[in-house]
Amino acid sequence: MTALRTLLGHPVPRRLGEAVVTLLGVSVLTFVVLRVVPGDQITAQYGIAAGELSPDQIADLEAYYGIDQPLPVQFLSWLGGVLTGNLGVSANSGVSVAELTAQALPNTIELAVLSILVGLALGVPGGMLAASRPGRARDNATQAGSLLALSVPSFLLATAVATFLANRLGWYPNGEGYRTLLEDPWLNLQQMLLPALVLGISIASPVLQTTRTAILGVRAEDYVRTAQAKGVPARRLQVRHVLRNALIPVVTMTGLQFGFLLSGALVAEQIFAIPGIGRQVLLGLGQQEYALVQSTTLVIAVMFVLVNLLTDLVYRLVDPRVRVA
Amino acid sequence: MSAQAGTDALTGGSTDGPTPTPRPGRGHAWRRAFLTPAGVVGLVLMALVLLLAGMAVTGLTASPSAQDVGRSLLGPGAQGWFGTDQFGRDVFARVASGLANSLRVAVVSVAVSGVVGISLGVLAGYYRGWADRLVGIVNNVLFAFPSLLLALALAATLERSWVTVSVAIAVVYVPIFARVARAPVLGLREAEYVVASDAIGRSRLSTLVRHVVPNMTGILVVQTTLSLSWAILTEASLSFLGFGTPPPAASLGGMVYEAQTLAVIAPWMLAFPGIALVVVVVALNLLGDALRSALDPRSGGR
Repeated sequence: MTALRTLLGHPVPRRLGEAVVTLLGVSVLTFVVLRVVPGDQITAQYGIAAGELSPDQIADLEAYYGIDQPLPVQFLSWLGGVLTGNLGVSANSGVSVAELTAQALPNTIELAVLSILVGLALGVPGGMLAASRPGRARDNATQAGSLLALSVPSFLLATAVATFLANRLGWYPNGEGYRTLLEDPWLNLQQMLLPALVLGISIASPVLQTTRTAILGVRAEDYVRTAQAKGVPARRLQVRHVLRNALIPVVTMTGLQFGFLLSGALVAEQIFAIPGIGRQVLLGLGQQEYALVQSTTLVIAVMFVLVNLLTDLVYRLVDPRVRVA
Repeated sequence: MSAQAGTDALTGGSTDGPTPTPRPGRGHAWRRAFLTPAGVVGLVLMALVLLLAGMAVTGLTASPSAQDVGRSLLGPGAQGWFGTDQFGRDVFARVASGLANSLRVAVVSVAVSGVVGISLGVLAGYYRGWADRLVGIVNNVLFAFPSLLLALALAATLERSWVTVSVAIAVVYVPIFARVARAPVLGLREAEYVVASDAIGRSRLSTLVRHVVPNMTGILVVQTTLSLSWAILTEASLSFLGFGTPPPAASLGGMVYEAQTLAVIAPWMLAFPGIALVVVVVALNLLGDALRSALDPRSGGR
């Protein structure tokens, strides 16, 4: 009994338990929100013609789609299907949602990873630059740039870039149909360049702020002064003692930006015609496809919860101080 | 600050007097916030935005939806300051009206999510126990969805109007307000003046209202300002994706979407709504930052 209590009190199993409760709540919410959609699968399929169906036909169709059952039953059968890997079938294309998702997910993950790389490449040096002379011109200029990057919505930046850059340069890598990384790596990277740049710029801003704050914080630590006093060379001090410790919160922050990236992916995939998971949701919403939107939303939320959990666990691993808390 | 307020409460000196926020500091905080360069720029930009939105609301601009195909795709000039779109609608009038729409959605959604979220957060942090756990679970569930996706799913299920968009955005921001409000309460409920207020027999609710909440106004004011800018961005993104404010009403995101195909020959259709959007968001972010550095004692503003 006490062993069980100790186990439950331990932060890691507690976090795992929280994640399970959260996922259950996520599935209920996803189910409820998409079941209150005005118009059901039948009106979505037959449009105005649904009004001419006889009550018998409607009952048959309802039974076919399983929407004649009480809501809790529908929920449980849906959840049971999801847990066994059955995410439903897209009514328009006849392809299973699991298959569609399996095709779309790698593209979104690739975009997210590339965007994070761009964000880190811009944000970390930017933060170091800003922290090198806090309160001075360099710092102010970097902060102003970061504020601007935060204030330009990705859909606006993406539209402007897609319109003008492509037009001026006559460069339309996204115009000739999407190729995956495995099919044509060179073309794929060209197609990913602009969306990754757009999303990377918007996450560079929080990365920059976190890096700056973290560096300033670490620099005030006693061990930095000690290292300085014992004569560690400036460059080595900055890299080994300051930057290495300052990167811990940056890693956490980057993990937490993943959800934001998925939001951004909705927009960027739409504008740059990348067949990712965000585009799948928008397509499903436009065509009122229950199963597609429901399952895709669930997949996204599950991914988000898992990434946050992973970030938290990695953070505990990297920073021994948190383990106590 | 807290120690002094605590002794006041103990001696009974201020039981009915001012809240523990130091009086002289309050006016200074506002002045400190708005007299920084960032604060001044933020105020000026915001005044400009309000002027434009005000013109749209009072009908001082041309009609934002009147079409005139004879005057389509005119560049900026005497015919119209910001030019016209493919239906001959006045872009200046549409930008002004779009700004008014953005502000309306932002204010309504932040007001709703602020009141609900702050109440939940404060009660959860102050009373702890099962209420805290329940709010925590609801927060975790709502946080599990990327914000734009959740707003999109909600907005898409309801009938399209600016009210439903506001509600959808409000739902997304409730957990953020709840989390921001809960954190300081955890510290404040242990503060000496709160313990003292309990000790002299004041009810817990009354302590909460008189001593806890007034001490977090700074944080909440900053959060509200920044949330307004996020709400504007979310509304614009939803409208851009076709699930926000329905046409023909003007919305900045919708205008950017319509400009997509025409931007090469009519760049003003993209530029003006884009600039307006960035200006209003920059203004709110600057004001939020200025308020934060003025109200946050750790930033050394005083």
